[in-house]
Amino acid sequence: MSKSVIRVSLLLAVVTLILALAPLWAGRSDLRLIGEIMAYLALAVLWNLLAGYAGLMSVGQQAFVGLGGYMLMISTVMLGLPPLAALPLAFVLAGLVAAGFARLLFRLEGAYFAIGTWVAAESVALVFAGIPALGGGAGMSLPTDAVRSIAASREMREFVIYWLMLGLGIGTLVGAWTLIRSKPGLALMALRDNPVAAVSVGVNIQRIRFWTYVLVAAITGVIGAIIFLQKLRVSPQAAFSLQDWTVAVIFIVVIGGIGRIEGAIVGTAVYFLLREILGDYGVTYLIVLGVVAILVVSFSSGGIWGLIERRFGWSLMPTARRMTDR
Amino acid sequence: MTPDSAPQALTATGLNKSYGAIAVTRDVSLSVPEGGALGIIGPNGAGKTTLFNLITGTVPAGTGQITLFGQDITRMDARQRCLAGIARSFQVPQPFSGLTTFENVLIAAAFGRGLSEKAARPHARAALEMTGLAPKADVLAGTLTLLDRKRLELARALATGPRLLLLDEIAGGMTEAECVTLVELIRDIRGSGVTIVWIEHVLHALLKVVDRILVLDFGKVIAEGPPDTILSDPHVTSVYLGPEEAA
Repeated sequence: MSKSVIRVSLLLAVVTLILALAPLWAGRSDLRLIGEIMAYLALAVLWNLLAGYAGLMSVGQQAFVGLGGYMLMISTVMLGLPPLAALPLAFVLAGLVAAGFARLLFRLEGAYFAIGTWVAAESVALVFAGIPALGGGAGMSLPTDAVRSIAASREMREFVIYWLMLGLGIGTLVGAWTLIRSKPGLALMALRDNPVAAVSVGVNIQRIRFWTYVLVAAITGVIGAIIFLQKLRVSPQAAFSLQDWTVAVIFIVVIGGIGRIEGAIVGTAVYFLLREILGDYGVTYLIVLGVVAILVVSFSSGGIWGLIERRFGWSLMPTARRMTDR
Repeated sequence: MTPDSAPQALTATGLNKSYGAIAVTRDVSLSVPEGGALGIIGPNGAGKTTLFNLITGTVPAGTGQITLFGQDITRMDARQRCLAGIARSFQVPQPFSGLTTFENVLIAAAFGRGLSEKAARPHARAALEMTGLAPKADVLAGTLTLLDRKRLELARALATGPRLLLLDEIAGGMTEAECVTLVELIRDIRGSGVTIVWIEHVLHALLKVVDRILVLDFGKVIAEGPPDTILSDPHVTSVYLGPEEAA
């Protein structure tokens, strides 16, 4: 391992430790906010892998967040399992559904693929809205005894959910970084920069695209399960929200820097900063968000991080292979 | 055509490709013996690059058959053909711009040879050293000059460990001195046993390497044979250089 990788890993470990101890130093609402930031960081890292590296412009990731949320209800209410058992189940369900979607959607390219993913997500939402046992269009709440089984006190439940979100946020970030530094990462970067050349030097872009799509969907499902474990209530409208689970994430990745690991971090920071400052102003907030997005992409197609990278040559999470490395 | 007794590196028969009503290649057939070097010339728009796209599998052929070292590769996609031993340089360089020169070549060595990243490193390094790009190994490929991008095309193709190398106008835009170095390099590559097919407008460079020339015009093969015969053929000169100059 190179020096810079060790340095960044140490920094990440320290930040994770400080955040893991947040229940000691942060209030309840702050804890919720950090948890939400972590969930969005994970969603952004994943969408960035999908669109920024594998070239799969999906606008249907809400399908998998929603599937995760509903898996939580299915496994606790219908199967009587403890709530945390929904996490691995959400992983499997979202992954399997994605593998099925891939067979259909991968025939489409570019904008057609994007629309296809959206339609697929809407269909999944309609299916769940039509299941009376899951509350139909109105949705349903997690039963109280299931909630209690996470932890006895309300405070401890909040902590557990917070730690889950923290683990997922940091875990996804580190996982993506490790992936990009491995051999499949080389294929992803080749695909990002030039798909035609990638194929001509032997990269199997079909396979890398398929697995990226399925893995991203599976983890997105887990995020969905945790998000709705916190909300305690799921409805088709909230679970399959295009606005919340895809549009906001695209905003984050695009202004942060698409096709760069650091982009998701910077974008998430900017998004939550704007929301905390302007969130109470309603329409004004949305206008500012739009203006920021337009300004950033007009001046730098690589987002804010792309600009910083070009200007200063920084690399927060280095992935470069040097010829002299061992 | 080359005698049947010599084993052929590449044989293409009856390649046709049309986009709508426009035929880009018409019934093109060619063959190159193992270790041989074939030059392809022809005016702009004659279908030379399309022919390369058909051979490498970047574009599927309408009809026709392609054999590589005796193996039928007609149904293979571009990736499988790369693994079977075909490498190409693109006429307009296609670097992985966001990656370093070394990473560009490393990807080719790792995936083109089916090696782990670690095992691919020496091959990547060798390809950079052979093409003179080693001093720029850790520079972003997107910032390279045109000449270096062309070198990178060659380095990346070599890193895949090809048995057949397709070069698409790699000498275009080079100075005289650069051209001399390039010719030496390509001769070395050929000397190591790699079969070469080279599309080139810079004839004097081409003639120092190839033993046969194929002339394409409007998607058709209009002549094929040893360089002296081809270049003294009045039909070829009128097509290639224009009737006034040939006269």
